[in-house]
Amino acid sequence: MSTSAANPGLRAQPRDDGSRPAPAVSDVRLERVTKRFDDVVAVDDLSLEIEHGSFFALLGPSGCGKTTTLRMIGGFEEPTAGTIFLGEQDVTGLPPYKRDVNTVFQSYALFPHLSIFENVAFGLRRRGAPRGEIGRRVGEALELVALGGLEKRKPRQLSGGQQQRVALARALVNRPRVLLLDEPLGALDLKLRKQMQLELKGIQNEVAVTFVHVTHDQEEAMTMADRIAVMNEGRVEQLGSPSELYERPRTAFVAGFLGVSNLLPGTVSGDAAVRLDGGGEVRVTPDALAGRTGRVALGIRPEKIRLGGDEANVLEGVVEERSYIGVATQYIVATPAGLVTVYSQNSEPSAAAAAVGSRMSLNWPPEATFVVDTTQEVPK
Amino acid sequence: MHFLHRHRGLVPYLLLAPGLAWLALFFLVPMYYLGYTSLQTGDLFSGYAFSWAWENYSDAFSLYRGHFARSLQYAGLATLFALLISYPLAYWIAFRGGRWKNLLLLLVIAPFFVTYLIRTLAWKTILADQGFVLDVLRTLHLVGEDGRLLATTTAVVAGITYNYLPFMALPLYVSLEQVDRRLVEAAEDLYASGTKAFLRVTLPLSVPGIFAGTLLTFIPAAGDFINAELLGTPRQQMIGNVIQSRFKEVADYPQAAALSFVLIAGLLVAVLAYTRAVGSERATQGTVA
Ligand SMILES: Nc1ncnc2c1ncn2[C@@H]1O[C@H](COP(=O)(O)OP(=O)(O)O)[C@@H](O)[C@H]1O
Ligand SMILES: [Mg+2]
Repeated sequence: MSTSAANPGLRAQPRDDGSRPAPAVSDVRLERVTKRFDDVVAVDDLSLEIEHGSFFALLGPSGCGKTTTLRMIGGFEEPTAGTIFLGEQDVTGLPPYKRDVNTVFQSYALFPHLSIFENVAFGLRRRGAPRGEIGRRVGEALELVALGGLEKRKPRQLSGGQQQRVALARALVNRPRVLLLDEPLGALDLKLRKQMQLELKGIQNEVAVTFVHVTHDQEEAMTMADRIAVMNEGRVEQLGSPSELYERPRTAFVAGFLGVSNLLPGTVSGDAAVRLDGGGEVRVTPDALAGRTGRVALGIRPEKIRLGGDEANVLEGVVEERSYIGVATQYIVATPAGLVTVYSQNSEPSAAAAAVGSRMSLNWPPEATFVVDTTQEVPK
Repeated sequence: MHFLHRHRGLVPYLLLAPGLAWLALFFLVPMYYLGYTSLQTGDLFSGYAFSWAWENYSDAFSLYRGHFARSLQYAGLATLFALLISYPLAYWIAFRGGRWKNLLLLLVIAPFFVTYLIRTLAWKTILADQGFVLDVLRTLHLVGEDGRLLATTTAVVAGITYNYLPFMALPLYVSLEQVDRRLVEAAEDLYASGTKAFLRVTLPLSVPGIFAGTLLTFIPAAGDFINAELLGTPRQQMIGNVIQSRFKEVADYPQAAALSFVLIAGLLVAVLAYTRAVGSERATQGTVA
């Protein structure tokens, strides 16, 4: 996609009326928002703040309330309780057309009876932009998504990927305060999806509009977002940068949803130590323990474990399974504390040696250890 | 079967054959006889003879121009009223009908369970001088003490509107039902109020329904004679009444045939012009992308 100098209008950060708030102010704020459909609680007492200019992802499994949250920000659903702010303004009761927000719909929802030009111009026309400006801005927006020259086509004459770009241009041309994207890449094949992830990120950098991106794909969220809210059953389970969520998941659900992790049950045995159920004490940082006492689960990512070495934490075990997965070799190791998955980089020659049935010494530093309340993904 | 395997190209034509034969037998042949009859002279007693009697056509224009004009006018008005009544109805059923949709649609076509003639006779009773509708209108001073409903242009146009309403409502419903609700949301997302979203998205996407509905209403309405006969006076006579009386009462078959031909040709030209104006692509294409 063109990120060349062809589109100064869209890239320009200041808004027409100069009312863009100082960067410290959040663009979207949800305060204790609940949405109930009959007896289903789709969104449950959710509070959220989205910083201006950020690429924000709502990540979670299907049915956890992501779309409903997005639709409430867009104005298509009214919360059962709670307040929604865009910048300083309380927009809870405002209809969609009075909100300075645009949406890229999952189905694209392009107007089939209108040309690509008219699709993109739709929002500008409704707001009464002057003719010349409409032509210029639509041109810029189509240039931004690398669709220049297709103005006269009808949506059905474009491929899925092209339609997706039109939907993006149609929203961005209005320079909204916030752009909402509901699984925008869901309908594309894997290769195109990977490509569009990078392009979307590039476009967001260029236009500096706040993006709120809904996805159930953890890799997509990690690749694109500055901050991710992991949702589960209508609530935010944890909010943070991709690396925070990965390195320091606070719940078993987050640890399991973002990548693979080993969770070993144990009991807190000091202000920086946990005694595993199978015996043996593991050192953690006080930070990771975060004041927990009693029963906890200890978490280690498989790639943080070394085979041999002199790290503070050691666990002895027997190799049960070994499988070669290209960049790494995966071992399943039976230890007194339970089964542990280990990824061993294939750059290390020693890795090739461990055969099924051989003894292994697993090593990892306290900083690579995180602690969650329980091994259960969904607390009862 | 061997034959079909070897001549696969023939299959479509074989499938078309029954339909084509039907059309030839029941449309082209009668049309030929209609044209043939329209150029005859004579009467019931001395018989009819073909004589290139073009005067049947010049008479059709000179003597019955008023009836043609009235037919088009009444049919046009009835189509307009049917559209104005049906659109909100179809819109409401399609968008708000929920689980009552099928029942409501059934109610729309319910009048079809009663024959056309009986329905129109029922209207005669409803609009009668002693009927309650006139009573109410008189009480409200919307109609003068000696005002009437029956035997007026209003009654005829109202009757036609009523009788052809389902032909308008059903195609409208089908096209509105197909309008993707997410497009309406997209329009509202792009700063269109409810009204603007309707005008810019829903309405244009329902054009195929409007097109089909107006044709299905206008064409039969233009040839209608029952409503003028039962609800009107000689001053409301439409071209259908003339054709009917020329044919059945006076047995002036050539004149009746010529009038029929002019009506058919006129409607054909009108439909072509209308299709042109709406744009044949928009008129027939589905609303889905
Ligand atoms: N219009 C609706 N009516 C009834 N239930 C709904 C409606 N929209 C969503 N839900 C329910 O709310 C929950 C959350 O849905 P949704 O926000 O679409 O989840 P997600 O986008 O994360 O997959 C689901 O259980 C879903 O069935
Ligand atoms: Mg969803």
